[in-house]
Amino acid sequence: MSELQGRRERRGRQGRRGRRGRRGEQLMVPEAEFASYYGRPIIKAPSWSATDIAGYFFLGGLAGAGSVLAAGAQLTGRGSTATAMKVSSLGAVSLAAAALIHDLGVPSRFPNMLRVLKPTSPMSVGSWLLAAYGPAAGVAAVCATTGRLPRIGAVATGAAAVFGPAVASYTAVLAADTAVPAWHGAHRELPYVFTASATAAASGMALVAGPVRESAPARCAAVAAAMAEAAAVRAAEKRLGMVAETYRQGRAGQLMRCARWLTAAGAAGAAALGGRSRTAAVAGGLAMLAGSACTRFGVFAAGIASAEDPKYTVVPQRSDAPSDTRSDTRSDARPEVPTCGPHDHEES
Amino acid sequence: MMERHLLSGVEPDPARDAGHPEPPPRVGFFTDTSVCIGCKACEVACKEWNAIPEDGLSLTGMSYDNTQGLGASTWRHVAFIEQTVSEETVPEPQGRTQLPLVDGTAPAAPQEAGETTRWLMSSDVCKHCTHAACLDVCPTGSLFRTEFGTVVVQEDICNGCGYCVPACPYGVIEQRPSDGRAFKCTMCYDRLSAGQEPACAKACPTESIQFGPLDELRERAALRVDQLHEAGVSGARLYGDDPDGGVGGDGAFFLLLDKPEVYGLPPDPVVTTRDLPAMWKHAGAAAVSLLGGFALSFALPALARRRGTR
Repeated sequence: MSELQGRRERRGRQGRRGRRGRRGEQLMVPEAEFASYYGRPIIKAPSWSATDIAGYFFLGGLAGAGSVLAAGAQLTGRGSTATAMKVSSLGAVSLAAAALIHDLGVPSRFPNMLRVLKPTSPMSVGSWLLAAYGPAAGVAAVCATTGRLPRIGAVATGAAAVFGPAVASYTAVLAADTAVPAWHGAHRELPYVFTASATAAASGMALVAGPVRESAPARCAAVAAAMAEAAAVRAAEKRLGMVAETYRQGRAGQLMRCARWLTAAGAAGAAALGGRSRTAAVAGGLAMLAGSACTRFGVFAAGIASAEDPKYTVVPQRSDAPSDTRSDTRSDARPEVPTCGPHDHEES
Repeated sequence: MMERHLLSGVEPDPARDAGHPEPPPRVGFFTDTSVCIGCKACEVACKEWNAIPEDGLSLTGMSYDNTQGLGASTWRHVAFIEQTVSEETVPEPQGRTQLPLVDGTAPAAPQEAGETTRWLMSSDVCKHCTHAACLDVCPTGSLFRTEFGTVVVQEDICNGCGYCVPACPYGVIEQRPSDGRAFKCTMCYDRLSAGQEPACAKACPTESIQFGPLDELRERAALRVDQLHEAGVSGARLYGDDPDGGVGGDGAFFLLLDKPEVYGLPPDPVVTTRDLPAMWKHAGAAAVSLLGGFALSFALPALARRRGTR
């Protein structure tokens, strides 16, 4: 039976954890019953490269939240941190744009992204956002490093701080506005996961690049971001139900666990020692940056895993039916006909 | 009540709402899988007419299905499902001569008394959704709604961003690796414009694939499913015909003999953009909370310092 074969392969791919728990699992937790066409996925996973797109999620967050931190630092007279964050945001958004263009099937047609403005397409909205945010971040960074045109620099800093949070949060909508179960199912929580992760990255960068005497706000933000991210991820997993296992298993599980530990350790280290020791601040900041990257790559991997297994498409659509009022009259209204169970394809 | 917008819900005239002033009646496919014989003429006709490149040959072991699924270079896909079912599921021969599936030898799988083998075949295709997620999320405007109510990619505009691929709740549209751009069924837009029916429907020898105005097809399908129920085929059901469904009804809908997921179809797909207003709202709130979080992070040390100096 191909169905079982598919299951076995999947379990094999889960590696160590899967094998260890196998016997107990079969006894204790029966796998969700569902039918499929030879175990083939129903939806198609995006062909996006993880490096480009999860990397873009990370860099966009770092840049966007970094611009807010830069504006705050400038307003409160923390000049070195402000300049460092402006440079970091320009670098991050430039790399982000390069990653986006690199991931296109036809990179030479990148300008087509600005052919229309479509509110129904998060990617179109994002392209316009980047088109507004990128130059602002660029002018802010150039004015800060050269010391010229301080007024224009201040306006650009303000503009970047206004567009920055949108750049950091819209990427969650970009992922959630798909049929990918692990992303769409968490569409309410994902924006908070992403902005918290962006805050973690930006405060980490400020700890790494700014002087210790200016780092108090970054340390505060690091702690707040770590707590907010943990809470948002937990809320997302709760909402996702059985699909949440895509965030706990396999590569996504490893990345999400790494993210949790790195972010928590980084925030704790920075809060406890970052005010006194430059080394502790840098180490904490690097851990925050790495934790944020792990979160993005983890969310990306969970999405791919949920798209590649028909279980995550079929089971939620079957069980959601009564609670979802708008869309599900169809499967309920028609009498469910007793058919041959789910696993009776005659494949050898 | 939900405010009316074009992202989900009942949508009687997608072509007009897409900006076509006097559109012809919306057309579609009704694929009656109960008469599909698995000849794959639709697959061949589609490839030939649309000049779709060859995309690999492999023996899959999935019954007679070596096509595997819809994709950038497969716009019609015939699924083959071999099942062991109770004899009651299969209708009486009604005077037809029944020949044994395998002559002389034992059946491939051991069967218990009262069980028999049934072979399901179904020609899958792009659903040309009323609320098409691929079209909604396309950032370039390459995907558009035609005057016939179908959904078509303009290949001279597509830049291969690939967003439509995970947006499709049916897993239809795909990027062609050799090319980078996204491709899918056009319902033979060129043939429709010339008053012809699509190549697959033209080639289908059993009228399993029926083409026509969608309203007519829905009526015909309802009659057919009643007829099958009367004949004792209790598993017959329509899939994707309901304008109230998650994608507002499919422009290409099906009569199936088993649950949709058995054919590789999602049991209850919903257009992802139905939830887009909620997503933007949460993204806005998240952006504001990011601003607030930083404001607090700058305010707290200042407060602490002031208290310290006092």
